[in-house]
This record gives sequence, structure tokens and C-alpha cells, in this order.
Amino acid sequence: MDDVTTGEPLIVLDSVNKWFGPLHVLDDVSLSVGRGEVVVVIGPSGSGKSTLCRTINRLEPINSGTITFDGQALPAEGKALAKLRSEVGMVFQSFNLFAHKTILENVTLGPTKVRKEKVATARERGLALLDRVGIANQADKFPAQLSGGQQQRAAIARALAMQPKAMLFDEPTSALDPEMVGEVLDVMTSLARDGMTMVVVTHEMGFARHAANRVIFMADGKLVEDAAPTEFFANPRSERAKDFLSKILTH
Amino acid sequence: MHVFTDPKNFDAYVSGFLWILKLTGASAACALVLGVLLAAMRVSPVPVLRGFGAGWVNIFRNTPLTLVIFFCYFGLYSTLGLSLSQELDLNRYWLGVIGLSTYTAAFVCEAIRSGINTVPTGQAEAARAIGLSFAQTLRIVVLPQAARSVIAPFGSILIALCKNATIVGTIGLMESSNVMKDLINSYGNAVIPIFLVFAGTFAALLIPTGYFFGWLANKLAVKR
Repeated sequence: MDDVTTGEPLIVLDSVNKWFGPLHVLDDVSLSVGRGEVVVVIGPSGSGKSTLCRTINRLEPINSGTITFDGQALPAEGKALAKLRSEVGMVFQSFNLFAHKTILENVTLGPTKVRKEKVATARERGLALLDRVGIANQADKFPAQLSGGQQQRAAIARALAMQPKAMLFDEPTSALDPEMVGEVLDVMTSLARDGMTMVVVTHEMGFARHAANRVIFMADGKLVEDAAPTEFFANPRSERAKDFLSKILTH
Repeated sequence: MHVFTDPKNFDAYVSGFLWILKLTGASAACALVLGVLLAAMRVSPVPVLRGFGAGWVNIFRNTPLTLVIFFCYFGLYSTLGLSLSQELDLNRYWLGVIGLSTYTAAFVCEAIRSGINTVPTGQAEAARAIGLSFAQTLRIVVLPQAARSVIAPFGSILIALCKNATIVGTIGLMESSNVMKDLINSYGNAVIPIFLVFAGTFAALLIPTGYFFGWLANKLAVKR
């Protein structure tokens, strides 16, 4: 894919460090993500890639370094942080749809409660988004009544309803049955085509190859490689990346 | 059953249980509001509030209710001069409500907190991720889901509260147990029947309460 980056980057991490007790989960990580760029983060489990993703909307606070979103340092707490989070969509591994609300209510909750939009406006956009991800006919069901793939697509619609400047995906297909992975990746691919800025933590190498502008490889909390997908998969530079790829690509 | 055919005794019996119902109703409402606030404090990100909530629970959950009620009467009223009504009985009633609700709120708080722990952390994370504030996350996402697993324990707390209300008799309110004591003093030959009538009335009030809460908990159980 061509380089789509224009202007100043949207997300900038500068020398970010984080510890869980004695465990150094993020070790001096610096990264910048341009507007409209799709960055896929891969690496062995425990490498810190999910934590990295979660620091960007401060679901995980960091111990040192700075994170800037759209030219602004991440606020520490309170209203400013809530506002920032409303501008960054997040999709979780376990969907995390609100279990006591219908699919449509899940999608309209943010716009009505955070943005104070009119219910009718939010419903209209919500239904359009559900249609876009292919589950408009499930709007009045509860999350537990949907398949995993449908739930994850609803979760993507919920995040999109806030009209975010960027979307974070934390292993969005890892909890899905294999036959449902495709439908979620299709939605993500179409988002990427539409120019959404995305940070995607995933094990789906196919998605990384065809939808990413850049692939980030992490190991032991360190950002080891940062390359275009074709280059990364053809010629990984580090031993860790070669080892990782040899393990997953031989099957 | 000649004891209860005397209208004077029957009236005392009825008004005794009316006091119990009023004490239970008012204290349950206050304890619920207070308990929700305390639970919100205990899970809040503000250390001072967390400390306050924990302090309240530790003090009142571990103090005998009799002491709390005595303090309300002898401490708040007699010593500090807090009078809530010109009428003696109403004053005792309201002091009783204060004592019962401060005490019961500690249990309500803990029931809610354990209910909150049954809500997966992902629910709150998703709520924060779309930009809801702490209060909104709690009110719109976490508490409604916690409430469903809190219903059954609430039933137990309400039943305990209703029985605990008899302790307000120790500061002179003529509630059921005080009435029973008076009747036993006057009718020494009918101790067992008197006892059975009072115990039976409590059981008749509370057994359906327990079943109702069990039914409600099943009906509202959240699907995952």
C-alpha cells in the first residue's frame, strides 16, 4: 500500500516505559502513527503489544515517557481524559458489549450520554453503522444472543458511533471461532480502505500483509522492528522476528 | 387467646408491628441511598473517599447494633441535644432510623461492592473507552448489572433489618418486642401463646419477603 501519511502524526509515543511490578512490559517504546495510517502490532504473547495498545487511551497508565494524541499530551484524569477517550475508538478481544443493553443501545449510548446527541439522531446513525457492519437485523437483540463475530462487529460499530479520530484494536479476532474471523477482518479492511487511522494488535498475518501500512514487531516489551509489511515478511532483520515468523508461517 | 381479644392488647400488638414496618421502610430507604454512596466511594479512584467508605464499613459492621442505637439515644439526643420531634415516640423513632440505617448501610455497601465484583472489568473498560465519566460508568453500566446479583443479598439484609428494628425497643419505642414484653408481664400464664403470635407474625411477614427476593433475582439475572 502507498504511504498515506500526511501532516503531523496523530499518535506519538516517546520513550514510554511501564512496569507491572518487577516486569518491564514496555521498555523505552517510541512510535508515531500518521493520520490515515494502519499500523499492525505483532509479536509473541507477553511481548507488551496489548499493553502498548491500551496505553494509547490510557486504560493503562504509563510510568515514564509521553504519549501525544492529535498534538495534545494525554490528560491524566477526569473530564479531559474522558473527552480524549471519546475520540479514540477501542475494540477489545472479548468484545465487552454492555450485557444489559440491546445492540442498538450499545451503539447509541456513547453519542447520547457523552456527546449529548438527540436520541433520534444517534439511533439513525447507529442503525446505519449496524447496517455497514452487516448486523442491522440484530439491532434489538441482547449481546448474549449474537455469535462472537456479530458481537465483535457490533463492538466496532459502537466505537465508530463516536466518530473517532483513530481506532485501537486489541486482538479483535483472538476470541472468535475460526469461521467468524473473516467477517470481522472484512469490516476492519474496509475501515482501513476508508482512511481510518488504526492500531491493530493481532495474530492475523494475512490482515497485516494486505491491510497494514506498517508492521511493528515487539518482543520482551521492546519495539524490535518497524517496517512495511512486504519488507517485514520477506526480510525480517532481527533474530527474534525471524524466529517468530518461522514458527507461525510454517503451518 | 383471651390476651388478644382484649381490644387494648390487640391495638398494642398492631401498633407495635406498625412501628416495626415504619422503622424497616424508612431505614431500608436511607440505608439503600447511603449504601450506594458508600459503595461508589469504595470503588472510586479518590483515596480519601475510599478511606472514608472503608472506615464507615469497618466501624458500623463491627459494632453491635444495640450500641449504635444506644449511642443515637444517649449520645446524639441526651448529650448532644439532637431532637428530631417534639413528640417523644416520634423522636425515638427517628433516632432509631438513624441508627438502623447507618448500621445497615455498611452491609448494603458490602453487598453492592461484591455485586460490582461480579461485573467483568471489561464492562467498565468499554464504558470508559467510549468516554463515559466515572460516575456515568458506575450509574449506566456497572451498577445496573451489579444490581441483579445484589438482589438476593438485599433480601437477606432487609429481613435482618426488619428483625433488628426490635432493638429500637431498648430506647423506649413501643414496637413489637416491647409490646410482647409488657403482655408477658401482665399475662404470665400465657407466655407461650404470646410468644408464638409475635414470632408467627414476623415469620408471616418475612418468609414471603425472602421468596419474593429470590424470585426477583432469578427474573433479573443477566445473560452472558
